[in-house]
Amino acid sequence: MRFVDEFRDASTARALAAKISKLCEPGRHYKFMEVCGGHTHTIYKHGLEDYLPDNITLVHGPGCPVCVIPMGRVDDAIHIARQPGVLMTSFGDMMRVPGSDGNFFDSNAAGTNIRMVYSPLDSLKIARQHPDLHVVFMAIGFETTAPSTAMTVLRAAEEGIDNFSVFCNHVTIIPAIKAILDSPDLRLDGFLGPGHVSTVIGCRPYEFIARDHGKPVVVAGFEPLDILQSIYLLMRQLRQGRAEVENQYARVVPWDGNPVALRAINAVMEPRPYFEWRGLGFISHSAMRMRDRYAGLDAERRFDLPGVRVADPKACQCGEVLKGVLKPWECKVFGTACTPETPIGTCMVSPEGACAAYYNFGRFDRRRVREVSRA
Amino acid sequence: MSITPTEREQRVLDRIDQVRRRPARVREERVTLAHGSGGKATKNLIEAVFLASLGNPLLDRLEDGAVFPVDAGRLALTTDSFVVSPLFFPGGNIGDLAVNGTVNDLAVSGARPLHLTAGFILEEGFPIADLTGIVASMAAAARAAGVRIVAGDTKVVQRGKADGCYINTAGIGVVEHDVALGVDTARPGDAVLVSGPIGAHGVTIMLARGELDIDADLVSDTAPVHELVAGLLAAVPGVRALRDATRGGVATILNEIAEAANVAVLVDEAAVPVQAPVRGACELLGIDPLYVACEGRIVVVVDGAAADEALAVLRTHPLGAQAAVIGRIAADPPGLVLLNTAFGGTRIVDLLVGDPLPRIC
Repeated sequence: MRFVDEFRDASTARALAAKISKLCEPGRHYKFMEVCGGHTHTIYKHGLEDYLPDNITLVHGPGCPVCVIPMGRVDDAIHIARQPGVLMTSFGDMMRVPGSDGNFFDSNAAGTNIRMVYSPLDSLKIARQHPDLHVVFMAIGFETTAPSTAMTVLRAAEEGIDNFSVFCNHVTIIPAIKAILDSPDLRLDGFLGPGHVSTVIGCRPYEFIARDHGKPVVVAGFEPLDILQSIYLLMRQLRQGRAEVENQYARVVPWDGNPVALRAINAVMEPRPYFEWRGLGFISHSAMRMRDRYAGLDAERRFDLPGVRVADPKACQCGEVLKGVLKPWECKVFGTACTPETPIGTCMVSPEGACAAYYNFGRFDRRRVREVSRA
Repeated sequence: MSITPTEREQRVLDRIDQVRRRPARVREERVTLAHGSGGKATKNLIEAVFLASLGNPLLDRLEDGAVFPVDAGRLALTTDSFVVSPLFFPGGNIGDLAVNGTVNDLAVSGARPLHLTAGFILEEGFPIADLTGIVASMAAAARAAGVRIVAGDTKVVQRGKADGCYINTAGIGVVEHDVALGVDTARPGDAVLVSGPIGAHGVTIMLARGELDIDADLVSDTAPVHELVAGLLAAVPGVRALRDATRGGVATILNEIAEAANVAVLVDEAAVPVQAPVRGACELLGIDPLYVACEGRIVVVVDGAAADEALAVLRTHPLGAQAAVIGRIAADPPGLVLLNTAFGGTRIVDLLVGDPLPRIC
């Protein structure tokens, strides 16, 4: 298939892997964080680690939009959905995220109407078709999905649709990366920058990582060869003693991002003073809320939300996993109390969550399997 | 010449009798609760819609049960329910899906399908024309599969209590080969085959729901596999297990094999046949075709020494023209399905918790 197969070619991968190996300095260990959950998914889904030498470790970052939603926000969403005449909508990923009293599927079994949509515009369409219902879209995601939420709000305002509102949970990536860089327990050698987020915000916002922290950043695409090539570019920077922002995903990511999308976000949303991230706690200026001008389309203002902060379950170490301090299997409850079937933490829920990716795709002894495959 | 009042009355009674003996006709355009009441409306529906298409000597008697002789030997019995939405989709509808699905369950049990039953749960207001179309498709599918529908039932529920039309079936077949099929009999060295490109039914249904705004030139793979299976069992000794890769797709069956036989299933991603539109839609949605339902594809576990022969036999049948060996059974690591990715890496293929959910970005 065009535009897919050429980015998954095994012989190109072998050649790149050989070049990466050559750049490794003997005795040195390299730790790179892939910021985005989409990268984590690709790495596991294609078995990309099989191509890496033992002294390169990939650390999974905080960029899984579903994983960072705290329990209290899920509870708030269910609270809205319980109001008479409300139809709540969200992306499929959200359906299994646990709140303090079950997830959206459980809530639906108890009588709410929470439906999966593929785009916020689909929610707006439902609102147009059902003037008797109030349709709420639970918006989640980084800058990747924020523009489509913003465009939907603008459209709703333009059409004067008043049986529609947005429960805004958009977060921003840079404060999360800052939190990780400030974390004392992690030493990283470089970052694979989030490709989809960068299509919107561009590459410049990462410059502080190279300038102030001396770490190379390569904005990476989502096919396995993209990631392998980005690792090669990181290794080359380290070998040459450089720390810069490079754009591997130039076929999609403009250096300055997408000004139209940024304007749309800015027109509809403004930064919150602070927002709670699951496992990471409160991070200032790390999320977006709706501007006053669109108060009528803001579910947070239309509904009286409990807004109760729910502490993460004690056993859950999602925070450490999101910061890359722990590998999924190092969490105390990984794969025993916490499984995709009975997730305690959000990292086990989304296919982009590091724990789910590792549990579903990577849970085996690579060396043993290599021997079996060869036999 | 005048007639007596008694004669006049008799004429009217005769005419009533004639009218009553006319072939049944459903005058309504939609199913009403009366059609499920067991009275005349039900009788009309049964005769005009069901018997008209599905009629056969066993069904036409309209007794409470069908009675028929069987040859000595082993019987296979299965049941299935169909609640697909939408009811009509490219490549078929709930009617032929129900017949093929039941025939396939019997076929992969090693049986020659014989008789089916069909129970309909209809929602008040369901268009009679749609029902007639569904029943006609069932009749055509049954003819194609060489089976008869010998007993049936109809219930009507209030509007809103069902989604148009549900069908429950049972199927009975005779096991003529001396085979003992079961996924627990897989052993190291066996080969794993699929009979054709996977995932077309599931993706067709997803697209037919019209929620995705994706267009693809794609039809469901719904088809009866009994001939394909019969040919395979007759020609190739050493077939250990057959499965119909419906809900949960091929991946779910591979996991059942790994778990039941306590073996490893090693699969080559590049060898798994997937049509380009199926692959494209799955890429867009972030879904793995290995988990997507098929309705006319079988997974075969066969002695490794007979793999080439099995492949050749499958390929002689139109439904198996694109059959492929997709992997093999190994002893280690037991209970796991391992995939050699087309990219050249390795990963496991686990059971999904629920439906595959599309990823957000």
